Amino acid sequence: MSAATSLRPTPVSATRRQQTISAWIFLAVPVVLFAVFLLLPVVMAIGLSLTDYSVIGDFEWVGLDNYLRIADDPIFWVAVRNTALYTVLYVPAGVAVALGTALLLNRSTRTARVFRTLFYIPVVSSTVATAAIWFWLLNPQYGLLNAVLGWFGIDGPAWLYDSQWAMIAIVMMSVWAGFGANMIIYLGALQGVPGELVDAARVDGAGAFRVFWHVTLPSISRATFLILTLLLIAAFQVFDQAYVLTKGGPGNSTLTLVYYIYDRGFGRLEMGYASALSFVLFLVILVFSVANARATGRENDR
Amino acid sequence: MTAVTAVAARAAAPADTTPRPPTPRAVVGKVVWVVAVVLISVTTVMPLLWTLATSLKPEGEILSSYLQLLPSNPTLANYVALFTDGPFGRYLANSAIIALGGVATNLFFGGLAGYALAKLSFRGRGVVFSMFLGSMMVPGIITMVPTFLVLRRFPLVGGNDLFGEGGAGFINSYGAVLIPFAAGPFAVFFMRQFFQALPDELGDAARIDGASEFRIFWSVYLPLARAGLAVLGVLTFQAGWNSFLWPLIALNDPDMLTVQVGLAGYVNEYQTQYGPLLAGTILASLPVLVVFVLAQRYIIENFAHSGTK
Repeated sequence: MSAATSLRPTPVSATRRQQTISAWIFLAVPVVLFAVFLLLPVVMAIGLSLTDYSVIGDFEWVGLDNYLRIADDPIFWVAVRNTALYTVLYVPAGVAVALGTALLLNRSTRTARVFRTLFYIPVVSSTVATAAIWFWLLNPQYGLLNAVLGWFGIDGPAWLYDSQWAMIAIVMMSVWAGFGANMIIYLGALQGVPGELVDAARVDGAGAFRVFWHVTLPSISRATFLILTLLLIAAFQVFDQAYVLTKGGPGNSTLTLVYYIYDRGFGRLEMGYASALSFVLFLVILVFSVANARATGRENDR
Repeated sequence: MTAVTAVAARAAAPADTTPRPPTPRAVVGKVVWVVAVVLISVTTVMPLLWTLATSLKPEGEILSSYLQLLPSNPTLANYVALFTDGPFGRYLANSAIIALGGVATNLFFGGLAGYALAKLSFRGRGVVFSMFLGSMMVPGIITMVPTFLVLRRFPLVGGNDLFGEGGAGFINSYGAVLIPFAAGPFAVFFMRQFFQALPDELGDAARIDGASEFRIFWSVYLPLARAGLAVLGVLTFQAGWNSFLWPLIALNDPDMLTVQVGLAGYVNEYQTQYGPLLAGTILASLPVLVVFVLAQRYIIENFAHSGTK
């Protein structure tokens, strides 16, 4: 086959045709999987959300009824409020801890590299293992956290058993579990901060905070955008921790949107309604991602 | 924390011009830095050590001496209980099959597709690439219910007839977790970036020698992409081993549970048996921790680049 190719008068076009055929064969499996497990499901989700499909029995078109039902669903709004609270606490804390630790470790010594690994360790564990560890840490009587708080004379709350504190506990756990990955992204970005600019600002008499604010922060805005996007998307879809630790409780205080969708779709098998819910969540994520991209874009243009 | 580095940096600045003994300020800055990083390390590492310690304590000791980091009478009873009282060994095996299977398919198909997108010229390349890139932005939640239905109603599988009726399809089989994620867009994207950095001339030379396209991929480019394959393999292994929501949905036969789903069942709101729970946590974390320790240099470097790309 290949010998014949080289003998042809127009080897270039023959190679090109050969390459086209090979390329599509090489791409076949991922493209088919993309069609069956992404494209088709997204189209199906839109269709399902317009039905009352519930696995067992017949189903019919209900038009936009599911969406109208969502607006009047008090539990949905509880889930929205909980997810919003989680996002508002988790995203800024996640950025601040990742950036703070990256600034601390932004030096190329062996000691800094060792600490970089130690800071990163929680990222490696699964959310379930992390949740189990924190379930023990947060035990009101025998947990390490309340023991440490006790040394400072603070009477720690019941954490996961207290509807005031359960979500805060889950936020703390999530920041602990995830900041290492974003710290590494920030460390990579900090390498790219132009040293001449920092020196010039210092010579001009700028204090450390002004250098950070006017030189460092703008130079790493791409990393900040990436991290913000990752954190927002993760925050809107928080599930594992709430499922493992609290089953959405106490008193629905940790019932998140994805948990609610899971419960409707796979707990009560209301798959039509669950699809409508997931579509609403998808739109929310889309709006926030676009808004974030625009805000960061404007920042970069300035 | 920001202030700490700032102080250290400002104190260190004059030292650039002439070396002189460290000022008291620099010493204080250094001490504050060490205290800060040690404290943070304690918060990241201590919970794991405490979990390990608790998992090695006999039942009576767990609550009575809960603050003791070294068990007085260390025992493996909690680990033994996991395997004798429940199918924990089965959970580990299920997770290993799913994680390793995912690594094999993602490396092979991701490598092939990534190579095609990086090194072969054909019409539609840009479209296919942006399709994969865009699909990474679609949150998993939207496809969750329909993907379950696609797998359940898959024709001629798991007792289903041609119209997907009668059986459970791929649900409760390894296929339910392996197939949808067999060649993820991330694997394709990652390998494409990697192949793109390799020179085109190698393939052109092999082509003139008459090698087939697959041979060029397999014998010329793939060996050069070993580092990329290693990083992708580790990331895919971690993602597969640690995944939770999808296995929770797609595998609910007690014999098919993964280690994460099985472990989640040990956490009860009341009457939790901490010994077996924390022993299970250690076993569920060990494979990914070992892989991470072996490969951490490459993983962290790869992550560092993703922020600047």
